[in-house]
Amino acid sequence: MSFQPEHEIHRRRFSRNLGVGLALLAFIGLVFALTVVKVTRGTSMQGYDHVVQPEMAPVEGTQ
Amino acid sequence: MTDIRSVDVPREAGFGDFVQLLKPRVMSLVVFTALVGLLVAPNNLHPIEAFAAILFIALGAGASGALNMWWDADIDAVMRRTQSRPVPSGMVQPGEALAVGLALSGLSVVMLWLTANAVAAGLLAFTIFFYAVVYSMWLKRLTPQNIVIGGAAGAFPPMIGWVCATGSVSLEAVLMFMLIFVWTPPHFWALALFMKEDYSNAGVPMLTVTHGRKSTRAHIMAYTVMLTPFAIGTAFTSVGGPVYLAVATVLSAEFLRGAYRIWRRDEIVAEADKYKVEKAVFRFSLLYLFLLFGALLAEAALRPYGLGGW
Repeated sequence: MSFQPEHEIHRRRFSRNLGVGLALLAFIGLVFALTVVKVTRGTSMQGYDHVVQPEMAPVEGTQ
Repeated sequence: MTDIRSVDVPREAGFGDFVQLLKPRVMSLVVFTALVGLLVAPNNLHPIEAFAAILFIALGAGASGALNMWWDADIDAVMRRTQSRPVPSGMVQPGEALAVGLALSGLSVVMLWLTANAVAAGLLAFTIFFYAVVYSMWLKRLTPQNIVIGGAAGAFPPMIGWVCATGSVSLEAVLMFMLIFVWTPPHFWALALFMKEDYSNAGVPMLTVTHGRKSTRAHIMAYTVMLTPFAIGTAFTSVGGPVYLAVATVLSAEFLRGAYRIWRRDEIVAEADKYKVEKAVFRFSLLYLFLLFGALLAEAALRPYGLGGW
């Protein structure tokens, strides 16, 4: 028993699937690279942990 | 036993047909002008941010191309130059073109926002809207000034590139916009003079058909004259300099000379030499824009060595 030779339509479908797959992979890579750049260059980032942050308290006399 | 080869399947698109939907040749011009806009700006983006910004601007331009092909499939099927585009040739279904166009529009705008800033993303969204709705759907089939209006859509990329880096629109960005905006009509009308596409059959009012070829020649001259102050004027802004001024002066003089020759000719002379001058001016106009933006880039590249600018 032998398989049917591949029809042209399957080649087109494969080209499409491969193209979309590679495009998605490239997109993931780009978003990751952008994230690394944005985070490492990020200025004045602040994590909200359980530490007193005096600079966030309202200044007396302004309210 | 079924044999797929005996079934008459509809033609199915490969990946390349979807790439064609994005008008890759137009995209290459968008990439170049947006890149120049981004690189000549005073603020510098990180190379990866710059790369991503240009990619998403190009993707947005491609999306508007797909929307244009969806809407204009009826025109494209009539004209020789566009018959083999993916939708009229039956490779891509109209609904697929619409879906690709809308999906990529949304993706490119959101991603440009995240990559650069909201103003740049807003400009990209407006460009897509302008090209797909204002130009393709509304004015293209209504007025012989359609080329002028379509040119505005093509003029936005360097401005968006500039805004990606600086966050706001400035005089330099507006001048780069005007360069492409005023350059497009003479460039395209020179093509229309010798291509003789059957626009009237397709129902597109082309200036050569509605106002005649003599009037089109005068229009080419008028727009080239209007273009010159913008080309020269850019030299005296922060992106210009002596190199740009020299290049812009020489190019403008040559473009004006070509436009003048087109203006002074009539159809009999043009027919006799097979539109030699019109073809030459069309080719030169491409070189003109490329070298003008290239000169801006040269000024920016020379700046770190104290040579660019005034």
